[in-house]
Amino acid sequence: MLELITFAILAAVTLGSAILVITRHNAIHSVIWLVVTLFGVAGIYLLQHAEFLFAVQIILYVGGIMVLFLFVVMLVNIDVAIKQARFARQWQVGLLTAAIVLAEVGYALYNRGHGLNLPARPMVAAPAGNTQAVGMTLYQNYMLPVEIASILLLVAMLGAVIMAKRKLE
Amino acid sequence: MIPAEYYIFLGSGLFTIGVIGVLTRRNILIILMSIELILNAVNINLIALSQYFRSVDGQVFAIFVITDAAAEAAVGLGLIIAFFRNKETVNADQIDLLKW
Repeated sequence: MLELITFAILAAVTLGSAILVITRHNAIHSVIWLVVTLFGVAGIYLLQHAEFLFAVQIILYVGGIMVLFLFVVMLVNIDVAIKQARFARQWQVGLLTAAIVLAEVGYALYNRGHGLNLPARPMVAAPAGNTQAVGMTLYQNYMLPVEIASILLLVAMLGAVIMAKRKLE
Repeated sequence: MIPAEYYIFLGSGLFTIGVIGVLTRRNILIILMSIELILNAVNINLIALSQYFRSVDGQVFAIFVITDAAAEAAVGLGLIIAFFRNKETVNADQIDLLKW
């Protein structure tokens, strides 16, 4: 019961601040609400006994990516954007498309009770050493994907530097 | 205990909010933030099903998704800076050089 209440609070915080992210005028407020959303998602990870991902979410997302976002928001001129219209001209079409997406996902998940249909299973107690288990799986079964991910990060780093350079000689 | 469906409903709700943000906002920075929301929705589903099937493979894939999010943020923000330097705006509907 306590777990359900915790889940309800975390879900409300996550969804509420996600809605605030996409409706604020000021991009800095959006970044701050996105930080709240990411903390809510981190709480969901902790509720699911994924302690390692909880730490990664806070250190990497909230600490790294969000600082990058805030830096760029400060770098570009926000005073002009605040005074202009928030939504694009085709916002009705966009909202209609999103409603269709939500209906499709809802139908696939529900489908008169036959959609997802996961039988209830009791949650296991937290196994000791989640970080160890993740690390073993990562470096034993997924060695090649780890190498591909490292090449992806290298390419992204070079791409960001070249993109932000003033002039290419 | 919480049924795994609840987590998946939460994930699809977050995904839809992200889709609405991508499709309706004008500011490119907020479009990039909505993409981060979508990636987090995917991660919630991966973690919930990883716990449901008692296997850590889903958590490993969530790490790869976070790696992708970092790469995407770095390149996307680099693109935004380059675009802002050329056109002095962050509005998505003013990226129209290919339109006629």
